Amino acid sequence: MRRSVSTTALIAALGIAFMAIGTMRRSLIVRAQSKHESSVVKIDNFTFGPGTLTVPIGTTVTWTNRDDIPHTAVSTDGVFKSKVMDTDEQFSFTFPKAGTFPYFCSIHPKMTGKVVVH
Amino acid sequence: MAENKKDALIHDHNKDGVDRRGFLKCMAWAGTGALCVMQGGVMKSFSLSQMSQMGSKAASAGELSFVQISDSHMGFNKPANPDVAGTLKVAVDKVNALATPPEFMLHTGDISHLSKPEEFDTVDQILKGATPKDIFYVPGEHDMLNDDGKQFLERYGKGSKGAGWYSFDKKGVHFIGLVNVLNLKAGGLGTLGHEQLEWMEDDLKHLKHSTPIVVFAHIPLWSVYPEWGWGTEDSAQALAYLKKFGSVTVLNGHIHQIMQKVEGNVTFHTAASTAFPQPQPGKADSPGPMKVPAEQLRSVLGITDVNYVQGQQALAVVDSTLA
Repeated sequence: MRRSVSTTALIAALGIAFMAIGTMRRSLIVRAQSKHESSVVKIDNFTFGPGTLTVPIGTTVTWTNRDDIPHTAVSTDGVFKSKVMDTDEQFSFTFPKAGTFPYFCSIHPKMTGKVVVH
Repeated sequence: MAENKKDALIHDHNKDGVDRRGFLKCMAWAGTGALCVMQGGVMKSFSLSQMSQMGSKAASAGELSFVQISDSHMGFNKPANPDVAGTLKVAVDKVNALATPPEFMLHTGDISHLSKPEEFDTVDQILKGATPKDIFYVPGEHDMLNDDGKQFLERYGKGSKGAGWYSFDKKGVHFIGLVNVLNLKAGGLGTLGHEQLEWMEDDLKHLKHSTPIVVFAHIPLWSVYPEWGWGTEDSAQALAYLKKFGSVTVLNGHIHQIMQKVEGNVTFHTAASTAFPQPQPGKADSPGPMKVPAEQLRSVLGITDVNYVQGQQALAVVDSTLA
């Protein structure tokens, strides 16, 4: 009788443990998804959108060019410099440090944007 | 700044002998095949059929004739023009059909669309079919991608200084090719830079003030529309060096439409693209490729024929469309 109680308890404990892991996993996935969504800059109509992107340290930001003309993303302070992106091409950069990183399109310098890393 | 506002075409009222309404009327015709000619500061217009007449008249005066083409954007393939090689070929045919064979050509930049070697190769190949064998180039921002212009310099920069600036003389006319598309700063306009300006001052130093000068560069050297980057932030210094000359013509590209302004002894002129048109300042959200009905495309692309008549102050600049 004692053995069945302890087995049940073990199964129950394991069950709770698995559920907890499952929940953790799901929330990790959810967090990863939202991290992905908020780390994209869409380029269209000679504009970086969003103009200011705020992300946590370690985020990889991806610029995607949806315009019908090529653009670049070049950091004003020499932190990053993309190759030219034609329509539907991308550039990614991971930000290891906190700070404000203004950038612009070197082909159309009136286009400016900012990444704020905290 | 007040000075910039004065420089913008729409604020230029009658100080230069060009009536704004007359100019705008001419601009409207340019899209359907009429030609606007500046002769001695006076704007004249001709229909395309009269152009051969003009050409032979100019030839009898026995002077210099050259063509400006611009913004071929080889490699562009979006709806605004899926065949930029085809329209460049039409431009070459147009050059070859001119009554007075031009002595040489100027290409005011954006030769390629993405600075790819095959794009430059294709343009070189197409231009080999043009009658004038001498072609002088200045780069556009699309020609300096990924390598800060190394490829451009290798291909077209022999004998040039710095990022590719240079000068040469033809029949008593002094030509200056400038580069204003490198080291662009965030939020900024085109830029010439200190080194190039010093070179230019030195280059002009020993010339007689009666020498006609032609300056060519990609981005306009006057403030066409700063909001879209259509201007050069330090061009005032360059224009100051040119002030003492009796006849100065500035030829630019970049904005993919014909615009002209006369200020004192200086005639500014921008060429149409051979690839695709762009909207007029402020008439669209952004200065991107402008789609027009397919049958109208060639009427908004074009070449510029320039004639120097000795004794006349201004060069005769004649734009013609591909249709």
